[in-house]
Amino acid sequence: MGVTGWLRWGWRQLTSMRTALVLLFLVALASVPGSIFPQRGMSPEKVNEYFENSPELAKWLDRLSLFDVFAAPWFAAVYLLLFTSLAGCVVPRAWQLYGHVRARPPKAPQRLGRLPQHGEFTTSATPDEAVEAARKVLRARRFRTVVDGDSVASEKGYLGEAGNLLFHLAMLALLCAIGLGSLFGYRGNLLLTEGTGFSNSVAFYDEYKPGHLVDPEDLAPFQVTLDDFKAEFITSGPQTGQPSGFWGDLTYREKPGAAEKRYTLRVNHPLDVDGAKVYLLGHGYAPTFKVTDAEGNVAFNDAVQFIPRETGNLTSEGVLKTPDARPEQLAFQMMFWPTAGASRDGVAIVSTFPGPLNPTVAVMAAFKGDLNMDNGNAQSVYEIDSTKLEMVKLPEEAKVLKVGDKLELPGGAGTLEFTGFKEYGALTVTYDPGRVPALVAGALAVLGLVGSFMVRRRRVWVRARAGDDGRTVVEVGGLTLGAATAEFDEILTELRPDDDEGRAERSDDSEPVPTGPIKE
Amino acid sequence: MVDADLAGLSNNLVLGAVLLYVVAMFGYAADLVSSPTRAERRALVGAGGPELPQEEPEKARADWGRFAIGMTVLGWLLHAGAMVTRGIAVERWPWANMYEFVVAICVAAVTAYLVLVFKAKAKFLGAFVMVAVVIGLGAATIWLYQEAGAVVPALESYWIAIHVTAAIIASGGFTVGFVATLLYLPAARREARKAEGEPKPSLLDRLPSANVLDGLAYKSIMFVFPVWTFAIIAGAIWADEAWGRYWGWDPKETWSFIVFAIYAGYLHARATAGWKGRKAAVVSVIGYAALLFNLVGVNIFFEGLHSYSGM
Repeated sequence: MGVTGWLRWGWRQLTSMRTALVLLFLVALASVPGSIFPQRGMSPEKVNEYFENSPELAKWLDRLSLFDVFAAPWFAAVYLLLFTSLAGCVVPRAWQLYGHVRARPPKAPQRLGRLPQHGEFTTSATPDEAVEAARKVLRARRFRTVVDGDSVASEKGYLGEAGNLLFHLAMLALLCAIGLGSLFGYRGNLLLTEGTGFSNSVAFYDEYKPGHLVDPEDLAPFQVTLDDFKAEFITSGPQTGQPSGFWGDLTYREKPGAAEKRYTLRVNHPLDVDGAKVYLLGHGYAPTFKVTDAEGNVAFNDAVQFIPRETGNLTSEGVLKTPDARPEQLAFQMMFWPTAGASRDGVAIVSTFPGPLNPTVAVMAAFKGDLNMDNGNAQSVYEIDSTKLEMVKLPEEAKVLKVGDKLELPGGAGTLEFTGFKEYGALTVTYDPGRVPALVAGALAVLGLVGSFMVRRRRVWVRARAGDDGRTVVEVGGLTLGAATAEFDEILTELRPDDDEGRAERSDDSEPVPTGPIKE
Repeated sequence: MVDADLAGLSNNLVLGAVLLYVVAMFGYAADLVSSPTRAERRALVGAGGPELPQEEPEKARADWGRFAIGMTVLGWLLHAGAMVTRGIAVERWPWANMYEFVVAICVAAVTAYLVLVFKAKAKFLGAFVMVAVVIGLGAATIWLYQEAGAVVPALESYWIAIHVTAAIIASGGFTVGFVATLLYLPAARREARKAEGEPKPSLLDRLPSANVLDGLAYKSIMFVFPVWTFAIIAGAIWADEAWGRYWGWDPKETWSFIVFAIYAGYLHARATAGWKGRKAAVVSVIGYAALLFNLVGVNIFFEGLHSYSGM
């Protein structure tokens, strides 16, 4: 066997049903670890946690791409092989179907009585008339018919195989749509505080995940401002604290200079703008502070986004840095409870409700010195680089602030005033050109499945010959791919004349035994 | 907001349905035990019937069967009533948490069974379907129970009516297919053994042939496989509205895909030489195990976006 021989052998193996089956099960099996281990694409923080808790194991898991299962080379290998196998199977079958549809229905077999469905009767019509009558009946039932002298051959139900092929081709199209999205789509996340806005450009996003072929210059140039944010919670009963609704009132422009439009952003109701979609996926609090430095100047007067540490009652953590404070820069590490209350054991403060019934801030630590922000390295707004900072010792009772309370730093280093709070929405902007193609492919897949399960290809043959007694003997035979239907019996009843005296055999339907698929 | 009386009525209706299903289960069992074996049935037909002295037990059998089906229909009415009253009590679609979801799947399973009784003479499945449904409802009431209440904003979408309903119908159908497959496996083994010699009599002789059981399982699964596919696609559309992507390999998505792949494998395997029969049936059993794991296990073991279960 030469090289081509081997290649042909390999291709035949790959496109065989057994290989396809094994690959299908492998894809299913390969997905399992993706649900067991945290995945970078969905929850990178959980992956980091895994690395902290068991660094050795994590290192090995990472080498096997178990934190990126669905982007792993071995996963890609399995599904690409599966889809190649699928294409190698489906495309030739599509040609075959095309051939079948164009070819005439096969001629009547010699002995119709041997077919799984068969019947016989006599009629006073001549053989030619009987054949013509049968052709008409079959034609009326939308069979394709051909008359060959004393017999008529008919076939119907190509939609079954067409549906089957459509389903498989739709699966291939779906894969292409997903690929399209991962090449040309992008996703950006940001936290937007009430009263502020953003433009759809990379600079505004806390997190930006572009497809491989996305040019950051090509992002749709819309602008969005969050005018107001409301969150409502259930206030009584066993479900107290469960959110009952979030709303973000937006003003947006399709492009700079375009007319301003308004939209109420809600969960399940994203904003469609210029091909991209803006989603509301979460929310949090942004307490507002006024910081006065040692020289008496206002070094900071704004809202600071705090990150919820738990989603139930929104206990949140945040960091305030004042690069403008002189002579020394200041930094604060704080907690925020929308509704502060005593913990069950009475020793700690906890949040007892996610709504702002008793907004309270606690200063966990205060620093003065150099924030180390001038060295050119980007610094997270949620972390303090304390290498060049000195911790300021705070008196215990001064640490907890209600709205309007001030914290005087010892030694006249400055003042922190908790002036109020705003809310922010966690927004995600996505653009995915594969979205609509994927939907169309999905819809076609279901349509194809239904077609392939509902419609079966079947053939009916009728042959008429002159009998000994002067009457015409008509034989009818039927062949169905898959389980037989009652259609054949209906056709037989329709064909048989009222004056038929012969014993008409009908197809055997005593037990609902589905016959296996009939090989052609 | 929540009508406590109606919610209480709903709970009582579930209990009533369970009781009737248990009664039906015994009815089906009595029907099965008193039914003739296939060999006897053939003998009856062969002897040409009406004058045979077996008239009496034949009549008693019919009554057990009719009684059991009656109890099932009655139980189904209470069961469906429980779902409807729960929905009215909470003013939303009554399948937004695990308890409601399992109750609804059991309704779907009984519905699928009743359809098969009237369309394909599948009464013999009754006892086994009742066992599955009673276990399901029992587990829902004991471990998964959730007070009637409002849902989080993420679930307030008309897609819950489309996506979850499709998932429920599909799960109900898969359950009936699973029951038929579980009967097929020993029946097929027995028939194989029978070909070698005459084994001891067994209850299996009173069930239809392995071929019929296999056909029923195939029909149920073939019917609901597109429904499951549709449920996944509807879920993807909803995910695109709610989470900003139509597919993100959330554990629930991953496992619904696994279930899809395994059942797709089953449908192909059944028509493939070397996989037909036992192997294909085992694939379908694994598919159902994955379905159950997706339904319950994923919510318990994994953190994901489908965290509506309240567990």
